[in-house]
Amino acid sequence: MALDRWIALIFVTFCCIYGYAAFFTMDQLLPPFMQRNPVWPSTFPKVLAVLGTIVGMIVLLGVEKAEDKDDAPSATEINYRRLGDYKIGQALMLLGLMVLYALMLRPAGFLISTTTFLVVGSTILGERKFHIMIPVAALATGFVWYLVQEVLGIFLRPFPFFMGM
Amino acid sequence: MLEGIFIGLEAAFSIQNILMVVAGCLIGTFIGMLPGLGPMSIIAIMIPVAITLGDPAAALILLAGVYYGAIFGGSTSSILLNAPGVAGTVATSFDGYPMARKGQAGKALTIAAVASFAGGTIGAILLMIFAPALSSVALLFHSAEYFALMVVGLSAIAAFAGTGQVAKALMMTILGLILATVGEGALFNMPRFTMGLMDLQSGISFITLAMAMFALPEAMFLVLNPARGASNAEGGSNKITNLRFSREEGKAMIPVIGRQSVQGFFIGVLPGAGATIASFLGYAVERNIAKGEEQEEFGKGSVKGLAAPETANNAACTGSFVPLLTLGIPGSGTTAILLGALIALNVTPGPRLMTDTPEIFWAVIISMFIGNLVLLVLNLPLIPYIAKILSIPRNYLIPFILFFTLMGAYIGQNNSTELLLLVGLGVMATILRFADYPLAPLLIGFILGTMLEDNFARSMQLYRGLDFIIERPMTLGLLVLAGLLVLLPSYRTRRARKRAEGVADGD
Repeated sequence: MALDRWIALIFVTFCCIYGYAAFFTMDQLLPPFMQRNPVWPSTFPKVLAVLGTIVGMIVLLGVEKAEDKDDAPSATEINYRRLGDYKIGQALMLLGLMVLYALMLRPAGFLISTTTFLVVGSTILGERKFHIMIPVAALATGFVWYLVQEVLGIFLRPFPFFMGM
Repeated sequence: MLEGIFIGLEAAFSIQNILMVVAGCLIGTFIGMLPGLGPMSIIAIMIPVAITLGDPAAALILLAGVYYGAIFGGSTSSILLNAPGVAGTVATSFDGYPMARKGQAGKALTIAAVASFAGGTIGAILLMIFAPALSSVALLFHSAEYFALMVVGLSAIAAFAGTGQVAKALMMTILGLILATVGEGALFNMPRFTMGLMDLQSGISFITLAMAMFALPEAMFLVLNPARGASNAEGGSNKITNLRFSREEGKAMIPVIGRQSVQGFFIGVLPGAGATIASFLGYAVERNIAKGEEQEEFGKGSVKGLAAPETANNAACTGSFVPLLTLGIPGSGTTAILLGALIALNVTPGPRLMTDTPEIFWAVIISMFIGNLVLLVLNLPLIPYIAKILSIPRNYLIPFILFFTLMGAYIGQNNSTELLLLVGLGVMATILRFADYPLAPLLIGFILGTMLEDNFARSMQLYRGLDFIIERPMTLGLLVLAGLLVLLPSYRTRRARKRAEGVADGD
């Protein structure tokens, strides 16, 4: 089964769970006075769950015939069947780095975490000219921080939490 | 009307006001390029500055400049990085980004600038002519019609999908609508599908989803397959020689600009519809009108596909001033903030604005012309420098794209859970792209979801059930149109296949 139909299967399952929540669990919390309304918080989700299941089944069963395409993806597209041929390691490491950045942004402060993120990110991609990368990253971080915090007035904690700022 | 135009010219053409327009356009363009800061937030940030000016006309002129600048800036990041920072420029990235990847970034930006200019200017002319009359028509639209209009908008995305893709596009739309139900709905004050997480109480933010659907998968694809980034060089984008579009392309654009500035303007007039729907509908309509090869081009860097949403969103922005200036009803988030600024300056927009303080009314309209012109004059020379962003080496560019993606989601919410959500949704979007699912419908469904449900619920309450569909002919008409839009593509393919089979059989 091709990936798109697996996704359709997951989607149909998801719609069933969503629909179960909408049809059976949501209305229990509804205060009595709202039950006299013609429309409930669960009305729209119910409609969506039903529609989603129908459309998902159409994709899953292949009712709508896709146009016959010659299955030769161009050099720039990604063929997921040969994922190992691509730089999947780099991609996963970058995703991990983003998660780490999200967790460190508050405790470590904007300036340190962002500079580190940019430098480590380009290192993962294979950059080795640290004498260029580190100043560029630091400068860009400082510029963005100044723009966002000082010019636009949106608070970004610049330094780590123990420095009290 | 002529008298009014002269009053407006007099007010707008003072040295102070011209400086305001120039400053506003520049500030708007540069801040608008940062994903995550759309026109709404930029105008909100500029309000204190505008109020200290004291002069309502000057303040409005400054804010109008910022508004147009921000929309153009937003298109820049859509075209260059596939990172639409504003809902209204999502459609711009459909053809703008493929064009930039073909090494025609400069040309794409020029087309965007010219189309925006034309859309904004024609919109302003229409505003001058139709403002008074239109305000009464806009009031005829009730929540039932809005509901139906949005269903039409969502069905129009069937047009985004190619043949055999309609069901997939609909599936993504429904997923978008489902994501929009997370959090506390405006009408019910009851958290839904938050799974007990406090961070989901206010729902998923638009910026997070937009970044996750477009910018992040694109960056991941660039990482996975370095050949993808290298394709930039095909057309010699490092030099960015071809800023101009050819005469034929210009000719192809003219009818698109003509149609979309009118259509965009009238959609913009409807309160609540605004630039987003205008740009999506504009794209869909042009794609459906185009024939044969031209239609194939859409999504792969079509000139028409870029010009259509750019013209429509600027014309709609102008159109959204109609309900604000004539009725005092803001049609969009941005005009709502402008309304706040006006009230702070002791001007009450409404039916009496045109008669009591004509100089303000006309100064705003004239400043739209100046704003559009200044934007074109300022930005055309800047385009080569802006487009240089793409010639930054890959090892530097990708971390920066990821960083701006994360920043966009973070600035709006100041919440690092949002960043985790972004990464999670981004991985999901990347997998969906592997399987050839279109992602734009998901985002459109998400954007329209809340409005759709609110209007649906309101009409249900007003008519105590589904009677509004029968009792309001306009609603019924729009819903029928929506059904046709969904069914037409599959009917067409079926007929084409039958015909092809017939040929094969020899008749």
